[in-house]
Amino acid sequence: MTRIGVVTEQGSETRVAATPATVKQLIGLGYEVVVEAGAGEASSFPDDAYVAAGAGLVTRESAFASDIVLKVNPPARDEIAALSPGTTLIGLLSPALRPDLVEALAARGVTALALDAVPRISRAQSMDVLSSMANIAGYRAVVEAAHEFGRFFTGQVTAAGKVPPAKVLVAGAGVAGLAAIGAASSLGAIVRATDPRPEVADQVKSIGGEYLKVEVEVEQSTDGYAKATSEAYDRRAAEIYSEQARDVDIVITTALIPGRPAPKLITAADVASMKPGSVVVDMAAGMGGNVEGSVAGERVVTPNGVVILGYTDLASRLPTQASQLYATNLVNLVKLLTPGKDGELVVDFDDVVQRSVTVVRDGETTWPPPPVQVSAAPAPGGQGGADAAASAAGPKPKRQLSPAGRAALIGVGIAGLFLLNAFAPQPLPQHITVFVLAVVAGFYVISKVAHALHTPLMSVTNAISGIIIVGAIVQVTSEVLAVQVLASIAILIASINVFGGFAVTRRMLSMFAKGDRASS
Amino acid sequence: MPESLTPESIAGAAYIVAALLFILSLAGLSRHETARAGVGYGIAGMTIALVATIWVTFQGAWDQPGTLLGLGLLVVTVLIGGSIGLWRARIVEMTGMPELIALLHSFVGLAAVIVGWNGHLDPPALDGSLADIHHAEVFIGIFIGGVTFTGSIVAFLKLSARMKSAPLVLPGKNVLNLGALVVFVGLTVWYVMDSQLWLLVLVTALAFALGWHLVASIGGGDMPVVISMLNSYSGWAAAAAGFLLNNDLLIVTGALVGSSGAYLSYIMCKAMNRSFISVIAGGFGIEAPAKADSDLGEYSEIQAVDAAEMLKGASSVVITPGYGMAVAQAQYPVAELTAKLRERGIDVRFGIHPVAGRLPGHMNVLLAEAKVPYDIVEEMDEINDDLAATSVVLVIGANDTVNPAAAEDPGSPIAGMPVLRVWEADNVIVFKRSMSTGYAGVQNPLFFRDNAQMLFGDAKERVEDILKSL
Repeated sequence: MTRIGVVTEQGSETRVAATPATVKQLIGLGYEVVVEAGAGEASSFPDDAYVAAGAGLVTRESAFASDIVLKVNPPARDEIAALSPGTTLIGLLSPALRPDLVEALAARGVTALALDAVPRISRAQSMDVLSSMANIAGYRAVVEAAHEFGRFFTGQVTAAGKVPPAKVLVAGAGVAGLAAIGAASSLGAIVRATDPRPEVADQVKSIGGEYLKVEVEVEQSTDGYAKATSEAYDRRAAEIYSEQARDVDIVITTALIPGRPAPKLITAADVASMKPGSVVVDMAAGMGGNVEGSVAGERVVTPNGVVILGYTDLASRLPTQASQLYATNLVNLVKLLTPGKDGELVVDFDDVVQRSVTVVRDGETTWPPPPVQVSAAPAPGGQGGADAAASAAGPKPKRQLSPAGRAALIGVGIAGLFLLNAFAPQPLPQHITVFVLAVVAGFYVISKVAHALHTPLMSVTNAISGIIIVGAIVQVTSEVLAVQVLASIAILIASINVFGGFAVTRRMLSMFAKGDRASS
Repeated sequence: MPESLTPESIAGAAYIVAALLFILSLAGLSRHETARAGVGYGIAGMTIALVATIWVTFQGAWDQPGTLLGLGLLVVTVLIGGSIGLWRARIVEMTGMPELIALLHSFVGLAAVIVGWNGHLDPPALDGSLADIHHAEVFIGIFIGGVTFTGSIVAFLKLSARMKSAPLVLPGKNVLNLGALVVFVGLTVWYVMDSQLWLLVLVTALAFALGWHLVASIGGGDMPVVISMLNSYSGWAAAAAGFLLNNDLLIVTGALVGSSGAYLSYIMCKAMNRSFISVIAGGFGIEAPAKADSDLGEYSEIQAVDAAEMLKGASSVVITPGYGMAVAQAQYPVAELTAKLRERGIDVRFGIHPVAGRLPGHMNVLLAEAKVPYDIVEEMDEINDDLAATSVVLVIGANDTVNPAAAEDPGSPIAGMPVLRVWEADNVIVFKRSMSTGYAGVQNPLFFRDNAQMLFGDAKERVEDILKSL
């Protein structure tokens, strides 16, 4: 039987890779589970609870000697040495940032699965540990800020005077940012948020924030994360940050770009312009920081009395919650890897999720995985619409005409129309005039149609297009018998159209009724 | 009678009045409040146009040999055609509307072809460039009419399930379509230079083939747009006949119908996230790739009694109907269910996807037939944001329009199509006959979600079962 070992995290880490609840689930998948004694202590899961869930309590060495080892943080050197070749290690490995770690794991001959490399596709959402941790961290960032901040978040009018509400700026409306916006606004603060992706405006609004738009065009990302931004954008954004820094009491920055150092959003000058007692939480401090002057893992107080928090362990500061979500994400991955529910761990490289998380397989480095397209954002530019194969393969690239191109097209059209009218013999120009005006009228007449009326509208236009009967009537008096016969056939079918079309439209419309009448 | 008042001038004036009435008619049909008046304007316009045309055609032509016969034919055919039309309009099921409208479009197309042929068989006395223009007009009229005719016939066959609704995929279909156009232009030039009957036969056959192919290559799920597009084509066909016959009324009316139909199609294309160009090109029917559904997990089933319990406990209910409701004729029990739930103080609303059913606004028509008050029938955009706060969503015979894959799985053939986000609701009950796929041939991950439950069987019977349990 395959044995899963859960080990205690080293250092200040308070999380644990499995909770009693997930231990039960792992056993349900056919595994035997052992837990290092004391592993869950820091996150308030006592050993007894694990035993009650069916896990065995073992020593550290014994836990590391399991077939599968579950961890939270990347293994330290001695921890790698404790793994035996052939073991499967699952945890946060940040393979993109730690090539040395990947190398060491490969040299050890283990299989390493990075839970933080789960692609952002909907099927894998239940394993997206980055999102679940970011959610916690965003909440905690607000709590930390509130703790440092010497005032209420909410505005109050009391007998002792009026208290203005705190103003919070959240930079980056990803998972962490949204969690921070939600937490801050539910504490009563006025919350504003920035993000290079304009499509998050609604999300920001939905949880009580105000979205500050940077009025510069920005490319859409295709992988669900924000991209590096253009120069014009950065300039305008910097202005916004400077303006906001003077105004707000709390700044929480969450801007991260995968595989790159965090972008500098708030300059030292911005921080210097903030009111004394203001708080800045730099959630990207571990990646170089969004705020000039922040120190990873430290609380810094600037000369003008602004507190800059660079904590990198925000998620671990809510250990019980963080462990629970982390462990659930981890179980979901194990579930995916155990298709038979028989305690056999199988890594299927044809599955994009399993391929993506696998960093090392049996001592062989498999990082980086092939890229995964996850967002339905339309690619800018690209080919035109007539290609059916392209439309079946994915989201349709929309052809965008530049304003100049559109103007040129309209110009050519008008010139063509002019030439046609100028040179065509009568009565063609008159007909064309009538035609063009009618086309425009038809376009405008219909532009505000209510959706529910599409069918009646179509049947009435169908009846009206029976006007072709006029053409047939004109021809029915012809001297040629064949023409008369043909014309009368045309009249016959066109009159079916005219009468049928109007009658059916009337019938349909008589059914539409408003509430009061329907209930009577 | 003053000298300036000739039959032609009176007819011309009548035509302008008629054209204006048609514009008012279309404008009226854009809003519920004015829709009935709109139909009235349309009928008035048509009456004026017909009376004026008949009068100007027959007055002063009594000395000509064909006139009497012509009048007889006219009266007989209008009587027959009119009564067939009225009869069909009276007995048609509301669920059969799409087929009827498609069939009616084909009539306009065929009539346009005949008018074009007559233009060849009985040409007006013209010479020089005017004769050339006349020839070109004959050709263009026949071509557009022909495409409309067979295109509508295919749409009719597909909608009435007499023909497989899956898109026909010929190798190089875009080349075929484009080639047909090029051949058409070539034939037109030839015909202008030398107007032979066999060229006319050839172009008619070509147009028929092109129309057939255009619509045959479009899948049944995209029919709403196709119908609207054919509506537009039938307008252009009438306009072309107007050029041919020097008849401004035909031009105005045809252009009105043509451009409004095209715009309507454009609105729908946007709703489906389709490219407008590729609809006109007829190449946007999608093929559903064979996809492994193994990782979707398991679905859970629910019985009507439990569904009724769930509805009793709900505070808000949203019903999203689809073509399945039309097929099962379930709109009446659904309306009754709605009324009962509302009596209990439950907030019931309908969420209609822009392309639910097989015709734009199809669901609205059915619900209206069953006397569901239209102020609780909402569009997708109006209701989508409220779905997350809804206790129960009833998905009745809808599939692709509520498919989360469109929003979440970029590899899906329907990726990017806006859908009703029913999966955000607390509970979803899906009425379905079996676990088969929808019109687009795509499996629906919604059915496998934890908050979704399947209620199998005929939608009408199941809704009636729920009614009994309430």
